[in-house]
Amino acid sequence: MEEKKPAKIVLRDLQDKIAEDVWEAKRRGEKIGWCASNFPQEITTAMDIKVAYPENMGAAIGAKGGGRRMCEEAEAMGYSNDICSYARMNLAYAAHDDCPEIQIPRPDFLLCCNNICGCMMKWYENLALELDIPLFMIDIPHLTEEVCDTDRIAYIRAQFDDCIAGLEKLTGKKMDWDKFREVMEVSQRSSKAWLRAMDAMKNTPSPFSGFDTFNNMAVACVGRGTEDAAEAFELLADEYEALAAEGKSTFKGEEKYRILFEGIACWANLKFTYKALQSRGINLTSTIYGPAFSFLYQNMDELMAAYAYVPNSYCFEKEVQLRVDSAIRNKVDGAVMHINRSCKRWSGNTYEMERQLREKAGIPTMTFDGDQSDPRVFSEAQYDTRVQALTEIMEANRQSRKEESHA
Amino acid sequence: MRDVKEILKDLTWIADNPRACLDEVLAEGKKAVGVMPYYAPEELVYAAGMVPFGLWGADMAVSASRQYFPAFYCGIVHTILELGLTGKLSGLSAVMIPLTCDSLKGMGANWKYGVKTIPIIDVPYAQNRKIEAGKAFTTAKYREILEKLESISGKKATDEDILAAIRLFNENRAACLEFVRLAPKHTDVISALARSRVLKSRTFGDRARHTALVRELNEALAALPECTKGVPVVTTGILADSSELMNILDENGYVIAADQVAYESVELRYPVPEVPADPVSGFAVRLAETEGTSVLYDPGKKRAADLKDLAKEAGAAGVIWVGTKFCDPEEFDYVPVKKVLEEADIPLLTLEVDRQMVNFEQIRTAAEAFKDAVQ
Repeated sequence: MEEKKPAKIVLRDLQDKIAEDVWEAKRRGEKIGWCASNFPQEITTAMDIKVAYPENMGAAIGAKGGGRRMCEEAEAMGYSNDICSYARMNLAYAAHDDCPEIQIPRPDFLLCCNNICGCMMKWYENLALELDIPLFMIDIPHLTEEVCDTDRIAYIRAQFDDCIAGLEKLTGKKMDWDKFREVMEVSQRSSKAWLRAMDAMKNTPSPFSGFDTFNNMAVACVGRGTEDAAEAFELLADEYEALAAEGKSTFKGEEKYRILFEGIACWANLKFTYKALQSRGINLTSTIYGPAFSFLYQNMDELMAAYAYVPNSYCFEKEVQLRVDSAIRNKVDGAVMHINRSCKRWSGNTYEMERQLREKAGIPTMTFDGDQSDPRVFSEAQYDTRVQALTEIMEANRQSRKEESHA
Repeated sequence: MRDVKEILKDLTWIADNPRACLDEVLAEGKKAVGVMPYYAPEELVYAAGMVPFGLWGADMAVSASRQYFPAFYCGIVHTILELGLTGKLSGLSAVMIPLTCDSLKGMGANWKYGVKTIPIIDVPYAQNRKIEAGKAFTTAKYREILEKLESISGKKATDEDILAAIRLFNENRAACLEFVRLAPKHTDVISALARSRVLKSRTFGDRARHTALVRELNEALAALPECTKGVPVVTTGILADSSELMNILDENGYVIAADQVAYESVELRYPVPEVPADPVSGFAVRLAETEGTSVLYDPGKKRAADLKDLAKEAGAAGVIWVGTKFCDPEEFDYVPVKKVLEEADIPLLTLEVDRQMVNFEQIRTAAEAFKDAVQ
């Protein structure tokens, strides 16, 4: 009898299968696309259109050590090292079709959504020109209020309809609205299960090493509209809850401190950023980066709005509230905040976020300079020194709380 | 008739003394609203009975803004915020922040919690600006902006007020464009620096006064014999108002034959159409029609072709890319623009300027070498 696979293996296999499905579709002669990570996957899943995700590719290249080489290739083409490293690497790949770390099939069209940043729009403009293929862009105007208003919903819906009509014409595949509603339902199952898994971090100890979030989240991004993904995330949540019930954790060593990690992971320096924390008994128990790939809605209008309620598109006050709530619920002792050279949108308010997080969650914080995939920006010495300083503050805070409770 | 020098002196004073211009407006009992880049509906400020005041930052060192923006943010947002944080913009009744780039999206929260005395009016708009749904969205949001402006000024803007403001600003654009056309024909009296000051001065103070001054200047120029001495170039970028940079261009005998600069001709080239039935909708049409800019959705990179055509029509010896440091929309456009110019055999000089830059020697050397190459 075949042994039941743990969720992380199921998710890894599923991620591989999703990537292979795109290659298969390409080999069959179907038109396949490159797609922004926060593009509404309900459209492509319901239309059975296969897409690859350049941002995921960027993370993988970074994690596998190719970040510097690919960034330098783009810089040799004339792209400034100021530009997002995912974009740089992908534009270099689009031009040269060569990357030993990971390959994705050549696209026949592009699907862009700019809810996470304006950089996406510029990046995909350049891709469309370089590859001479159609570009469909769903523009999600930045939210400055807490609620996505009816004007925004109407505008986003019109772009959905335009995009679907364009894809039908290009691919020859018709939208099946019954299937679309099914995908909406399955996406809800996946999103809720993924959030349930993340919510297990509130337990003490957290049942898992928070850095595992960065490995497991890929399927939440690329495959949450599929039955397989929903089942995998339900399995993951069940596993975490079972571990929590037993007071066990996959975190190596004693969980002495718990932190909120702000920003995108440093894929090229993932091991170092993890070890510097883990070796001091610090576990990541709060991040909005993972849960960001869950979209909750009940109907079409809410679906439109859900794509405006993503990190970096949401109004600042809600962004703060998300983090403060998570920090308190998940009982963090401090925050590690990534000033990400690649991500202007995310880094532009990090200092103000830091001040408000300190005040509203009552925790110490540190920032460090890094990049999501370009290793040249990250300094091991700076990171380690600041983590050490944060650890000392968290320890001092703990001692004073102990003294206060004994007084 | 006053001579060119006298008129230029007035316009240069306005460009170089924005704070004094703001004080003049306030002393007249009027309210002023700061307007950040790009393509904001500043006519609505005027229609609501106030004066729009351009906020494109300043050439200066920053300190306070570093508590909000990382060092790798563009000098425009850094210096605007620095001016706000240090009280240099006191007296403004509000600031309008168009959400056109990631840096400006970050400005909202930083301004709100840093400069607590001056409220924000966000300016959302559709990037899918050519489709009807995009125009409808932009129009709806601009109507909300108008209501916010009216609540600040206490004056309700009628449709006729809006149309009158549109007319007034379009007249200013037309006068400035005429100046842009005349300037390279009078290189003995219009330097690159003077050209920059004339165009920059439109954003400070009363727009009708500016139109009158520019018209007076145009008439004075038209009365002079032509002089086209110099190396004609086309500039492109976000802004090109650095005195040091303009002096270097002048020292090397460059003549700006035309420009594709957001702060200059791109803003001028696209008037707001007058739509009597729904005046606010004219701004959405203008956004839909605007080309040649990196901050609006441009899937075919018309910006590159537009620049090539501009350079050919102007008989330019080359194009000067005036890069704004840390501006990623521009940095993305650079590669396709460079390619199109290379294919058209149009020489390109690439410069990078920052609001906080103090050493221009590298730029000077590059400008000298480029002149030798294209002459």
